[in-house]
Parts: sequence; structure tokens; C-alpha cells
Amino acid sequence: MAELTLPKNSQIRTGKTWPKPEGATNIREYRVYRWSPDDGQNPSVDTYYVDLDDCGPMVLDALLWIKNKVDPTLTLRRSCREGICGSCAMNIDGSNTLACTKGMDEISGPVKIYPLPHMPVVKDLVPDLSVPYAQLSSIEPWLQTVTPEPAKEWKQSHEDRAKLDGLYECILCFCCQTSCPSYWWNGEKYLGPAVLLQAYRWLIDSRDEMTGERLDNLEDPFRLYRCHTIMNCTQACPKGLNPAKAIAEIKKMMVERRV
Amino acid sequence: MKAMRTPLRTVRGLGSAHEGTSHFWITRISGVALVPLSLFAIGLVFSLLGKDHAAALAALGRPVVAIPLILFVIIGVEHMRLGIQESIADYIHGELLKVAVLMLNTAFCLLVGAAGVFSLLIIAFGA
Repeated sequence: MAELTLPKNSQIRTGKTWPKPEGATNIREYRVYRWSPDDGQNPSVDTYYVDLDDCGPMVLDALLWIKNKVDPTLTLRRSCREGICGSCAMNIDGSNTLACTKGMDEISGPVKIYPLPHMPVVKDLVPDLSVPYAQLSSIEPWLQTVTPEPAKEWKQSHEDRAKLDGLYECILCFCCQTSCPSYWWNGEKYLGPAVLLQAYRWLIDSRDEMTGERLDNLEDPFRLYRCHTIMNCTQACPKGLNPAKAIAEIKKMMVERRV
Repeated sequence: MKAMRTPLRTVRGLGSAHEGTSHFWITRISGVALVPLSLFAIGLVFSLLGKDHAAALAALGRPVVAIPLILFVIIGVEHMRLGIQESIADYIHGELLKVAVLMLNTAFCLLVGAAGVFSLLIIAFGA
């Protein structure tokens, strides 16, 4: 059955409250999920105070300020700090988004930060994404053809290229994937919005010749049809993409080839 | 041990069932059919407000009323069965329990449908 309560060893304790920075007048409260695989303790939420006069405007700036100046054990992924690598995806103020593109001023009250929902946690804000990565590789996200490769490039009209807009921009942060209730309940069988958006990106590519095989691979009550148009994916996407629409387009292709 | 399996082994699982589209499509088609049929059924209830039992039986016995109502029951029950089946697939994960609940769902919907159609036929043929 779907689990609506947290298992005993995942129930969150009140954690440590770290001291306020000395002499700071412009302070913001951060409540951050902490869990370490090493100490056998339940997860906790630690409270930190960030000196905004000494820190950049984004949530990621604050997390790095905490890591550098208060608590070096705070663990998170980050790389590009400009919304193109997808590493710092986490649940901020109740929504999945990128810490680097989420401004603190968009949030009222204490900033609450948790790892992406319903994924195993490696440590603190770092989720284990090996299942979604395996799902991505299962849809074979690369150009596949029967026609032998041409001497130069595969050609594509401007109109056909335009069909990839709104799809190729996905940075695979998995904010949408982990915001989807269907993915929470059936995450190992349902491919999820991020992976289905990638699948559609190759289904709609005019150069790809494996459309039928790709549809065969997706046509499954769980892989595709767990999507119930809940739309959390579209709501969550920090790049403003629409995975729900991509999934609807796949369903239309499924119907089109048999009706 | 599950931990010793690769993630790809978990994800590839038993492979694609190559179905699900019929379920999706029949749900949509029956949904479209239920728009006029439901409006008809609601309109019928309102038209019978304040009328006595005999007048209601006379109205329900006419073919132009009985036929759409029978279609409403059959299509509505099938739509319900498909919908409940989706919820079961979403939330119930033990294979044995799932199969048992799916059977219960089918039996329940068949019973509701049979009782509805049988009642309408009794009225229509005045048994």
C-alpha cells in the first residue's frame, strides 16, 4: 500500500539550533534537513541564522554561507550556480526547485529546506538518484536510425527543429520527477515526468527512425499510464518546461497508431 | 538481496506490457459518452420531481427513456470499473492483494451494472 506516514527511522527530530552570527543585524532563519548514514540517528532539522549582509541573494548562497562559516558538515550537491547543471535541486519552502535560482526574497518566514522528496537520502540534502538515472538510460536517449549514417550531418528542417523547443532545455534536475505523487507510489515502475519528457524529445525528433520501437517500450500500464495529469511536474519545473504536456503528446501518439 | 541488483535491472523489470492504451482510450471514449447520458439522467430526475410512482414507471418504460438509461448504466459502470482499477494500480502494491482487490472491483461493478439494467428491463417490460 501507499505509505502515508514516515517509517520509524525516518521520523524527523528537532535538531541543533546554531548560534546567531555575532554583530549581524540583517538575519534570516534557515531550517535545514540533516541526516547522516554514519551515526545511526533519525533525521533532524537544524536551525541556522544567516547574515544577509555577508551573503548573496539566492538560497544556494545561504547554504554555502552556512557550510563555509557555520557548519562544514552540511552536505549538498552544487556545481554551476546558474541553473544549468541541475545539481542543487532540493525541496525549498515546500516546492522542488534549484537552490541557485531561488531567491530568498521569494520566500516569507524561515526558509525550510529538505532533499528531493521520496528518494533515498545519501546524506543531508543529497538524494540517491540512481533509479531515475537508470530510467533515463532505459529509454535510450540518443539518436537511433536504420538508415546508415550520412557522410555529413543528419538534416532537419527549421520546423522540425522547432518541435524540440521546450524539450531540449531539460537539465535533468529531477524536480518534476520527485514532485509527482504517481512517481512516489510507483517510482520503480512508472518512468516519471522527467524521463517521459526525454522520451518524447526523441519520439518527436524528425531524424530518429525508432519511433515505433520507442513507443513499444513505453506502452505499459505502469511505465507511461501512471500519469494522471496531476501537473505537479509542470508546476515544479525550474526551467518553465511542461512535462505533463509531453506525456499527453506521448499518449496521443499511442492512440494515433491504433485508432 | 535487492541491494545487489543494478538499478537498470530494477527499472527494466519484466519489460513493457505493450498495453494500457485501450484502457486509456476506453476511459476517454466512455467519458465523452457519459456527458450527454449523465445530462439526460439528471434531466429525467428533475422532470419526475413531484410525480407519483405510476407516472415515474410510465416514463421509465418508454423506449426513448429506457434505452439511454440502460446505456448510462452500462457505460457508467464500465467507466467506474476502469477508474477504480487505476486507483488500485496506484496504491495497492502486494501482488496477491492487488489481484484480489481487482477481482472484487470487477465483481462489484458487474453486480451494480446487472442490477441497474435488470431493474430498468423489469420496468420497461412491466414484469
